[in-house]
Amino acid sequence: MIPLSSYLTLAAILFAISLAGIFLNRKNIIVILMCVELMLLAVNINFIAFSHFLGDLSGQVFVFFILTVAAAEAAIGLAILVVLFRTRSTINVNDLDNLKG
Amino acid sequence: MTLDALNISIAWPEIFLLSMTCLLLIVDVFLKQSQRDASYLIAQFTLLGTLVLTWVNMTTERAEAFNGTFVVDPLADVLKIFICLVVALVFVYSRDYLKDRNIFKGEFYVLGLFGVLGMMIMVSSNHMLSLYLGLELLSLSMYAMVAFNRESGSSAEAAMKYFVLGAIASGMLLYGISIIYGVTGSLSIPVIAESLVKQSEMNIGLVFGLVFLVVGLAFKLGAVPFHMWVPDVYHGAPTTVTSYIASAPKIAGFAIIIRILVEALGALQEDWQGMLIILAVLSLGVGNVIAIAQTNLKRMLAYSTISHVGFILLGLLAGTNAGYSSAMFYILVYSLMSVGGFGIILLLSRAGFESDELNDLKGLNKRSPWFAFMMLIFMFSMAGVPPTVGFWAKLSVLTAVVEIDMLWLALVAVFFSIIGVYYYLRVIKLMYFDEPEDTTEIKNTTEMQMALSLNGLIILLLGVYPSALMSLCFSVFA
Repeated sequence: MIPLSSYLTLAAILFAISLAGIFLNRKNIIVILMCVELMLLAVNINFIAFSHFLGDLSGQVFVFFILTVAAAEAAIGLAILVVLFRTRSTINVNDLDNLKG
Repeated sequence: MTLDALNISIAWPEIFLLSMTCLLLIVDVFLKQSQRDASYLIAQFTLLGTLVLTWVNMTTERAEAFNGTFVVDPLADVLKIFICLVVALVFVYSRDYLKDRNIFKGEFYVLGLFGVLGMMIMVSSNHMLSLYLGLELLSLSMYAMVAFNRESGSSAEAAMKYFVLGAIASGMLLYGISIIYGVTGSLSIPVIAESLVKQSEMNIGLVFGLVFLVVGLAFKLGAVPFHMWVPDVYHGAPTTVTSYIASAPKIAGFAIIIRILVEALGALQEDWQGMLIILAVLSLGVGNVIAIAQTNLKRMLAYSTISHVGFILLGLLAGTNAGYSSAMFYILVYSLMSVGGFGIILLLSRAGFESDELNDLKGLNKRSPWFAFMMLIFMFSMAGVPPTVGFWAKLSVLTAVVEIDMLWLALVAVFFSIIGVYYYLRVIKLMYFDEPEDTTEIKNTTEMQMALSLNGLIILLLGVYPSALMSLCFSVFA
């Protein structure tokens, strides 16, 4: 039987990778969107592991809601990306520097 | 599970709002562009109806619904009424702006109303799930609203930044919630509070979860050092959307802080107090100092928002009922001031001219003495000059902080507020002592002019008679 701590460590590592991916990435916005998804999935692992070891179902129900919201979030993120590409013809992160001050 | 456990009747305002928004979504499809005003009227009717329903069902009792995920208490009622009121003002101010830029579309109102629904759910949440869903409903609507003007590159850029940082904030918040769930074994706010009281010894896991929660909340509220998105989004978004983002969602943000930190994690007050002190001091400092360097009015107001968030955190970290009440008073007053401030920018803008630079305010007194006076009231109120209501808001927060023996914190707040007065007064100097560069006549609907005047007069009136609103806020946390 895999102990709870292994699941938590896996989730923490995935969460850290996604955060690093968002802040280190200087090239492509699509990679950032992927990191955002990964972040939510890391949280899902946490919820499912806790839910299993606590014997409480509400954590798993929460995961279904997070998955649904993540889908909606991805849709809006990609829609904004399309608008951005239409006006700028680039999705390079470094080019997002019009607003400063 | 019976229907009684659902207790649907206390959620009538939300149910009405949701049905009307769906109706508006359908009706809007069948309208010609020339009939678009109907969408606006339906949206205003919806807000009015929601406000009246909330008002009529106001109770002093606490009632739960939907198996304990939804709660209605005096705090929720008061905040909901203010949210509807402020968003109605935003809609009144934005009609001309949207028409001038050919973005007068039903989507603005649909998204705005869904955002209001999200805020009302946040305010009424009694369970981490409903809190998260409300927060996401609001956030997703706001991302779309920022990108609303599809022709504008800066709006798309702002939307992208907002989206990415908002998603990080949600991720942080969720991670924190998952840890708290693991430690306490529940997602229901009263149950979490109960199990924390039982746990007497310090749990490192809890503090770990708490850090993530506080970071997530600070991101959403725009407290330093998690404020990077605020100036860019305020600047890049269409001014109507900025006025929406800057006002009502802050009320909802205050509500979720109360729900999470005070109601669920009240037992950890010593731990979160320290974190909020750091956030508050940094927000006051960075907000007030960097605002001085701004030449763009929207950006300046963004930094001013950050400093106001610092003040609200001051009230919250006091951890006493007086502190919570004064923070609530502050947030309600702030939402009215900021919506008025952006209202003036919207009033002065016209097709092809944003009027969002500080210099665009030059000589406003010569062009329109009345609206220059209104802007004077908003600026004085934000700076905290008596007899405007902003003074009482700052005073009550500072009193609460002094009462818990944190005199140094109050002094820091006063020090940075005095620095802050400089950039508010600069606006007034530009309006009254400079010659106008642009002498176009201010043309706007009487409806908007009336609403804006009313907005200003309310600020002035509340400044002269603050006791009614103040005692309302104190009664909520009695």
